[in-house]
Amino acid sequence: MIAAENVEKHYGDFHALRDVSIEIPDGSLTALLGPSGSGKSTLLRVIAGLEVPDSGAVVISGEDVTHTSPQKRGIGFVFQHYAAFKHMTVRDNVAFGLKIRKRGKDEIARRVDELLEIVGLAGYQTRYPSQLSGGQRQRMALARALAVEPQVLLLDEPFGALDAKVREDLRTWLRRLHDDVHVTTVLVTHDQEEAMDVADRIAVMSEGRIEQVGSPRELYDTPQTEFVMSFLGPTATLRGEVVRPHDLVLSHEKIDDGVAVIIERVVHLGFEVRVELLDEAGERVTAQTTRGRAAELGLYPGQALFVRTARPDQIPAL
Amino acid sequence: MPRPATEVAGGDGPDGRTPADPSTPRPRARSRRRARADAGGVGPLGLGVATLWLSIIVLLPLAAVVAKSLDGGLPAFWEAITSPPATRALQLTLIVSIVVTVINAVMGTLIAWVLVRDEFRGKALVNALIDLPFALPTVVASIVLLTLIGQNSPVGLDLFATHWAIGIALLFVTLPFVVRSVQPVLLEVEKEAEEAAASLGAGNLTIFRLIILPALLPALVSGAGLAFARAVGEYGSVVLISGNTPRNQVASQYIFDRIETDRPAAAAAMSVTLLLITFAVLLLLRLFTWWRTRNEG
Repeated sequence: MIAAENVEKHYGDFHALRDVSIEIPDGSLTALLGPSGSGKSTLLRVIAGLEVPDSGAVVISGEDVTHTSPQKRGIGFVFQHYAAFKHMTVRDNVAFGLKIRKRGKDEIARRVDELLEIVGLAGYQTRYPSQLSGGQRQRMALARALAVEPQVLLLDEPFGALDAKVREDLRTWLRRLHDDVHVTTVLVTHDQEEAMDVADRIAVMSEGRIEQVGSPRELYDTPQTEFVMSFLGPTATLRGEVVRPHDLVLSHEKIDDGVAVIIERVVHLGFEVRVELLDEAGERVTAQTTRGRAAELGLYPGQALFVRTARPDQIPAL
Repeated sequence: MPRPATEVAGGDGPDGRTPADPSTPRPRARSRRRARADAGGVGPLGLGVATLWLSIIVLLPLAAVVAKSLDGGLPAFWEAITSPPATRALQLTLIVSIVVTVINAVMGTLIAWVLVRDEFRGKALVNALIDLPFALPTVVASIVLLTLIGQNSPVGLDLFATHWAIGIALLFVTLPFVVRSVQPVLLEVEKEAEEAAASLGAGNLTIFRLIILPALLPALVSGAGLAFARAVGEYGSVVLISGNTPRNQVASQYIFDRIETDRPAAAAAMSVTLLLITFAVLLLLRLFTWWRTRNEG
């Protein structure tokens, strides 16, 4: 298990981490999720030993490593911009940690080939980083980090510099890799979709604090703070109540606790249909419904409707 | 084992280049060269002006000195540069220049390192000071050295007319070359690559040797090459402190001496020899740098 205990970190006047404590179970894939400046990268770098906390402790596998250098922590670190060793071939990049550990030549060669196979770069041994695409470079960086069999794999916005399509493929791939390799992984991201897609646990961070830790489902369904609620997905406010837009029920008939609204705009986004509504007080509310339901209701701009929040028992369980 | 989707394997990098299958070589160098000509070339007029200018300012005088050196034919040329005073001057010049270049390569890198990576008060001042040997008339450097380490040295260090004095003068005038070449590259060295190496277990010295030094090498080599070329041809800063005795005469002083004593062919022969050595060294260093960095993008 990895734990950060009451970690504090300042950069000059900037309070980057405020009394942060978190436990990361062995074998989990935990995402640190938050907007930029929330302290998520700082926390990752503190765990890695690349930053020293002002106070507090970092514990890896029961050992206090707060003042241990990054060289001796048994970590693998992957950076947003790959941090490839440009003057070395793919093989030498991946072999770097093993050479430092003075492993035998044959063992290194075998291990490097094995890792390149795992990350899908078999046959690229003699290429240089400049001859690889961004996605390939990042997979090389992952192989390099995994080569030393780290206790913890730390990923700092690993897909942040990639195209949307490559990013989506890589995160599915990372999820599967994690299922196979089972190394405890901490992933930093500002993308809630990425966090929910890849991680089994998410720690939402804001302004140097951890707001909530839990499974993606828990955080989405039972957010404990308004920040978590709004950061994990879109929100709509109806009569002061903050809900998810897909928890707004539209109907033609007047319903008990319904609010009378006028449709301002109907936006078709494939399976999802976004309905922008205007209530009597002139407040805007956005509801989300399915293509089928929208067709059933025959929605059009200017139409008068009633809207209410779905009762919890009406939210279909997954 | 999870295999990435094919879209990932062939995905575009941020630079938009699509890497080909590993089995097929890519015509990378050629397409790049063409792209450069298309995008930013100056056209035939610009090329013509550049060639003409280079010819008038550089090639013409060089041709003149080569012609002069061959006034008496090749045998006379050979005799001129193999005469004992000539070989002695040449030997002294080359040995001192090599030593000075190596020392300044190390010290220059260290100073650049301190200027880039360390924060201290008066850093801007030190940074400005580095250029002083560039800005100062070299004969002023010679006078300064004469006052400091000459016969009336206030610190009791009389190195007048010794090899040491020549070495110190050359160290002074060639220092900025390495510092100023290495400094900007050091600023660009990716901090993350160093951190990645550290996370993989590399200590500071290993990181410097395996990660930073290879990145600095082209700049370091080019700075050292310039320092060497300057040292080989240096006259002004050496002229007063060396004493100009026959056993302590550098090549440039030898040339001046031959001119003074009305032997212009011998002067030209030595000039051409210096020219060839410097050119060969710069060319070799360039080839070395190209060879080392041919695979970096």
